[in-house]
Amino acid sequence: MTTPGNPAPDEDTLAPAAHDNPAPDESTLAQARHDNPAPDEDTLPPAAHDNPAPHESTLPRPGYGGPGDGADRPRVLRVAGPLVEITCPSTAAMHDLVVLGAARLPGEVVAIHGDAATVQAYEYTGALAPGHPAELQGHPLSVRLAPDLLGGVFDGLLRPLHRAGDLLTAVEPSAGDVDRRTWVFTPRAAEGTEVAAGDVLGEIGARVPLRLLVPPGRSGRATGVAAAGEYRADAVLAVVGGEAVRMAQLWPVRRPRPVARRLPGDVPLTTGQRAVDLLFPVARGSTVAVPGGFGTGKTMLLQQIAKWCDADVIVYVGCGERGNEMADVIEELAELTDPRSGGRLAERTVTIANTSNMPMMAREASVHTGATVAEYFRDMGLDVVLIADSTSRWAEALREFASRMGELPAEEGYPAGLASRLAAFYERGAAVRTLGGASGSVTVIGAVSPPGGDRTEPVTAHTERFVRCLWSLDRDLAYARHYPAVSWSESFSRDAPALAAAYARAGEPEWAERRGRVARQLAEADRLADLVELVGITALPPRERISVLAGRLLREAVIQQSALSPADAYSAPEKTAALVEAVVTVVDRCLELVDSGVEAEAVEAVDFTPLLRARETAGPAETAPVVAARDTVLARLAEAA
Amino acid sequence: MTGGAGIEYTGVRDLRGPLLFVEGVSGVGWDEFATIALDSGGRRHGLVLEVDRDVAVVQVLQGTSGMNRSGTRVVFSGTPLRIPVGTGWLGRVCDGRGEPADGGPPVLGGSYADVGGAPINPVRREPPNEAVLTGVTAVDVLTTLVRGQKLPVFSAAGLPHLELAVQIAAQATCAGEPFAVVFAGMGLTHTDAAFVRDGLAARSAARELVLFLNTADDPVIERLLTPRLALTVAEHLAFAVGRHVLVVMTDMTAYSEALREVSAARGEIPARRAYPGYLYSDLASLYERCGRIRGRPGSVTVLPVLTMPAGDITHPVPDLTGYITEGQIVLSGDVQAAGTYPPVDPLASLSRLMRKGTGAGRTRADHPAVAAQLIAALARSRQVRELADLIGRSALSPTDLRHLDLEDVFRHRFLEQGTTEDRSLGDSLDRAWEVLLTLQRSQLGMLPADLLDAHASPRETAR
Repeated sequence: MTTPGNPAPDEDTLAPAAHDNPAPDESTLAQARHDNPAPDEDTLPPAAHDNPAPHESTLPRPGYGGPGDGADRPRVLRVAGPLVEITCPSTAAMHDLVVLGAARLPGEVVAIHGDAATVQAYEYTGALAPGHPAELQGHPLSVRLAPDLLGGVFDGLLRPLHRAGDLLTAVEPSAGDVDRRTWVFTPRAAEGTEVAAGDVLGEIGARVPLRLLVPPGRSGRATGVAAAGEYRADAVLAVVGGEAVRMAQLWPVRRPRPVARRLPGDVPLTTGQRAVDLLFPVARGSTVAVPGGFGTGKTMLLQQIAKWCDADVIVYVGCGERGNEMADVIEELAELTDPRSGGRLAERTVTIANTSNMPMMAREASVHTGATVAEYFRDMGLDVVLIADSTSRWAEALREFASRMGELPAEEGYPAGLASRLAAFYERGAAVRTLGGASGSVTVIGAVSPPGGDRTEPVTAHTERFVRCLWSLDRDLAYARHYPAVSWSESFSRDAPALAAAYARAGEPEWAERRGRVARQLAEADRLADLVELVGITALPPRERISVLAGRLLREAVIQQSALSPADAYSAPEKTAALVEAVVTVVDRCLELVDSGVEAEAVEAVDFTPLLRARETAGPAETAPVVAARDTVLARLAEAA
Repeated sequence: MTGGAGIEYTGVRDLRGPLLFVEGVSGVGWDEFATIALDSGGRRHGLVLEVDRDVAVVQVLQGTSGMNRSGTRVVFSGTPLRIPVGTGWLGRVCDGRGEPADGGPPVLGGSYADVGGAPINPVRREPPNEAVLTGVTAVDVLTTLVRGQKLPVFSAAGLPHLELAVQIAAQATCAGEPFAVVFAGMGLTHTDAAFVRDGLAARSAARELVLFLNTADDPVIERLLTPRLALTVAEHLAFAVGRHVLVVMTDMTAYSEALREVSAARGEIPARRAYPGYLYSDLASLYERCGRIRGRPGSVTVLPVLTMPAGDITHPVPDLTGYITEGQIVLSGDVQAAGTYPPVDPLASLSRLMRKGTGAGRTRADHPAVAAQLIAALARSRQVRELADLIGRSALSPTDLRHLDLEDVFRHRFLEQGTTEDRSLGDSLDRAWEVLLTLQRSQLGMLPADLLDAHASPRETAR
């Protein structure tokens, strides 16, 4: 969040903006806050307080700085935890940012009733009392988007945590410590050309290739394009339509960034997790929910995807989860090397850490903050994965606040708007044609923590309706230490047909066949397992006994994957294919043997260990050791015959 | 911010359950601490739950019994509740509000701290990676407690969770580094409270213990304060004094019930089983206070104990606890029925941080592999046991029969332990080997060959 309140020294050089912040009555404040909607802003909704791009020479850092005292300001009326009621001028708008009390706690207007407004506060409101000042900022909760987000760790309002102290008190991070890093800028737009929103003005050299774009809602003649060189994130690099364009820009977190159009998702996102890539693949720009009770390995699976999937940028939102776990992720990302770029994985990652004991309502904002950051990078033509762990904690924040507002509860105390809020969040995931004509995507992966493992509870039940893929984690599998515990009977991927067609077009028609074979074999083994529990394995006919064996081989040699093993944590598509190929070949040979009259018992007694260990003995992208293991086992089968 | 401090308000409007509504106040802030004087002469304490214009809602920690509208006077402190912190707490026994219960003078400290605490900055946290040894074999080997971890004990009525909690509190050590235990009892019976005091007398005498005891007949609302006092004292001992502090909090179900009572009195919309919708956040505000901070000595490790009503692990209290904590130690009625103490269910129990806190340089090099192999073998034993119940022992293979033996050896040589028996980690791990070696070497695929060579008895090697 940012308070563009510092009177800008270079204000007078800018166009006399038609200021659309009607709120404050103190003219001096209003003057300082001309948030400058350009007159040509016809592509944006006619809301007030849009145009979030400030024009101060130095962008305000996230923090609580702002204008000082004045008379007749709105005042606090009521405080009940994060719910604060204030007196409110008629000009205040929904979702306007408010700062509360002398401590300048940030909050957001969530309801207006007569001359009072309800505000949800993003900080601990201890000692805030009726009569304390409240100050409407005249613009919605916005975050500063800049290249320096990459590699950083932020709280739910995108304030950098590395600048805060050991303990997060409501005291603001010290002002003045502006990010001094510089970035290499290479201009791509000629001086004086006509440009429109989304057009590339230049390239920014970072570990991930970034671009300087004409911000949404702007167009006109590009002037003052900076020469190639190194610049800070808040330096003016061009002027478009009379307004400065910087790398850093503000954007309201609750407003999706505009795109030209949505594209169908048919490019696979390779996660490196076999259970996912093989059985429940996800397309770039798709949406995934990962429901699982505690101890089923949700966080572990999501962390694996954050580390190894082939997206350009990862936005990891730890939403109401464990502090030690966040510390662990941050440390591991800083240590691990990105197999594709050679840099640190942290350098392509934006981490938003809002642990379960940090203020509740910032947790509510954090998923929107994460989506906004993801869209910012998407607009540069990048593929972004947004991971939210866990959306249930976010829904609980909604519930707590709705309850304090006295809203009528729907299911289990959740507000009636839960389903639409969930749907709106997942809809921020999409493969798109950007305003500038590039293609980019945001893939949303949300963890769901059903209370008591109850999959019929509202958050799980509604989320399932809105996502394209479901990776359901099974407690029995986790209990048997089968990780990742993705249930093959209760998960789905609605992207699979489109991806199968895409693979076929790309010359790999056997992809769909392989997936079908594994799914059928696992289902068959599950069906027989129930029977075996009743009558024992010896009562089954030979072919069925081999099916049971095949199920075990697939589970242990292919589907299981060790997140802790350097060789197995990531599995390249060719290794996954080789493992499936090896198991399928061995199973087919076993079937041939029993068909030719060999006892099923003799086949079962063969030592399959090399096959089971192949995923460990082969490196992340190796296939030769897998083939060798297959041949060893085939030779043993030949002996058994 | 202190506009209300010092002024005595008499405008009591309503009294409802544990809540007191005072009108005519000005400048009173949310979450402020209040002192309430009764016309009968008593003094009570409270916290501001809500302030709406000139009406403050105060949650009275000792309950509202005996209060009337005309003679009750309320003074607000102007700040959230702060308590003195320091080493003066060590060796003391206090009630659930921190008042001395040992006949000693009130505890004073050099500095004061907010009982609400402040969240540790996630980027300043040091990932936990060193063990706290408890001397309890099942815990040390299979669900190792790691410094800075939060690991709850899930129990049910009638199981010896208090004995286990006291045993851990009495025996826990951190490899000779400065250590302390803060024990917060909530809703304990007097018998249990006496048991805790006796069991921890030696630790208290060594000035390594702070005891907060809220008994079952103490005011219910006081329980909301007890764990916060304990954690505030512990945080200071850890991050300012540099000790490794183990905070035992029992029983968290009693705590949650107090929270529900306040929520109901306020007429809040209930969530599951009438617990308030913010139960998760409230529990997290306690459990998440564990951890380590980069560049500071000391650690806060939290061991909450909770009884699952009717043994139901999907009840909101154990369920939400499980989502916050890093694993759980589950006590089982079946193991208890077989006469084994501590009745730990090894398969349902888990320590998520164990991977980082065990092994060479942490505990012992063979520890992680031994623990993993033991769990795998026990899982197999349980399957075999079920199979044997269905089809009879005679139909089992020799390997299966060995797994049945393994379960027995596990129970008698490994799990079973006296309530005051303090086993070294070496002893505990050797017992784990003894259990594992009831199986043939070929069944121990998770153990590296060199470890097997080093530990297998000559008898086993000969096979």
